[in-house]
Amino acid sequence: MIPRRLPQILATVFGLVLFLLYFSSHPTARAINQLVVDSYWQIIFGFAILVGAFSFLKVNLQAIDRGDHRWYRLLSIIGLIAMPLTAIIWGRGGDSPFMWLFDNIQIPLQSTVFALLAFFVASASYRGFRARSLPATILLVAALAVLISRSTIGEYIWNQFPIITDWIRNYPSMAARRAILIGIGLGSLTTSLRVILGIERAWLGSGR
Amino acid sequence: MHWSYFIAVPDPTAWLDTSKLPVLVLACIAVALVLYTTYSRHGRDGFTVRKIAGLSAVEDAIGRATEMARPVLFTPGWGGDIQRPTTLASLNILSHIAEKTASFDCPLLFPTHDPVIMSVAQEVVRESYARSGFADRYRESDIQYVSSSQFGYAAAVDGLIARNKPAAIFLLGTFEAESLIFAETGNSVGAIQIAGTDSTIQLAFFIVACDYTLIGEELFAASGYLSSNRAILASVRAQDLLKLVLVAILVLAVIWATIDPTADWWKV
Repeated sequence: MIPRRLPQILATVFGLVLFLLYFSSHPTARAINQLVVDSYWQIIFGFAILVGAFSFLKVNLQAIDRGDHRWYRLLSIIGLIAMPLTAIIWGRGGDSPFMWLFDNIQIPLQSTVFALLAFFVASASYRGFRARSLPATILLVAALAVLISRSTIGEYIWNQFPIITDWIRNYPSMAARRAILIGIGLGSLTTSLRVILGIERAWLGSGR
Repeated sequence: MHWSYFIAVPDPTAWLDTSKLPVLVLACIAVALVLYTTYSRHGRDGFTVRKIAGLSAVEDAIGRATEMARPVLFTPGWGGDIQRPTTLASLNILSHIAEKTASFDCPLLFPTHDPVIMSVAQEVVRESYARSGFADRYRESDIQYVSSSQFGYAAAVDGLIARNKPAAIFLLGTFEAESLIFAETGNSVGAIQIAGTDSTIQLAFFIVACDYTLIGEELFAASGYLSSNRAILASVRAQDLLKLVLVAILVLAVIWATIDPTADWWKV
């Protein structure tokens, strides 16, 4: 029973202490806050990344053994081993193999995935901006107005476009956004309190 | 850090940072309301929770995946770590979804960018499977760490979606630029998608691209809604009462500012 209760006791104690320390600017309070939030977190993450890397290796090796997308898995494992290995052997200097791999493989791959977003914005807009109902029509009109005014051609078509879209962004859009943010803030607050007070324990995996 | 730092000469007046006093007062009101609604009988009973379409569709989505013999995919997004309330809310929902997938015998895939979240999620899912009486159906390799890099994670999750073709996708947590990549890939494989995030920018993408979107506090109320746990729902009621307090302060500030344009007490 104690091992199951221990994480909850730790969450309650650290949650309450850090909550109270937030309202203090005393050097001791700030030092404890920094120690727990920064240093403890780095120690936990340091161990967790080992668990993560081991899990990644295990999952991919098992999949290779099953013959499940063998080449992709093998490439993933080569990547996982090659990057730290080159950094350990030749360092991370400007012309090291590590930086060559980083600049010529990792960065272009990341840019490629990010570039997919442009196509996905177009396809999502095509599906989303259909005037099927009154709210969808309002969304379509507002989106078109903002889109036209933000492009260079907008002001040439009608010089009132920027004024109208600024109003849309600063008043109705901002009001809705702030209302959602207040809801999120209150939701975060009550979720944290539920966790600290032990009202909600599903995150521990030990019932509710 | 040297321990001598802790015994540095303290400034006794700084123990309470007076600039944060209004926040402390509001936090105390919030704690009092949550305690009252959760632990008093009057606070726990006598209220109903409105129907949330996205949460009502959870069971149908998992049932559909089971009938189609395709997995369910759940991912908490790249933007959050385990310290974030949104991630905790997401893991609470994962617990309920895992119970359903266990009893329906439907595989549950959980790729994540954070090894700490992976460890916690493995424990949450394992316990959920045990609670529903099907501990033998749990597969640790389905809860996997893929990459800490944002677009490495996005590519890995996209690959999982394209290869496994999940019939139900849950995008619940803190998302950044990867949100639309997931939602559009999920749409291309014909999955029912239920999304929710605390990022208002990504929320717009989810509303356009997903079947159901949990907006604002709905994400945080989800675990109470799914479990029908009165204690959790009572704290959701506290959220509404806090909202009323904020509305009262806003209305008062508007009236005050109209009468006295130089006043700015609400800026504290």
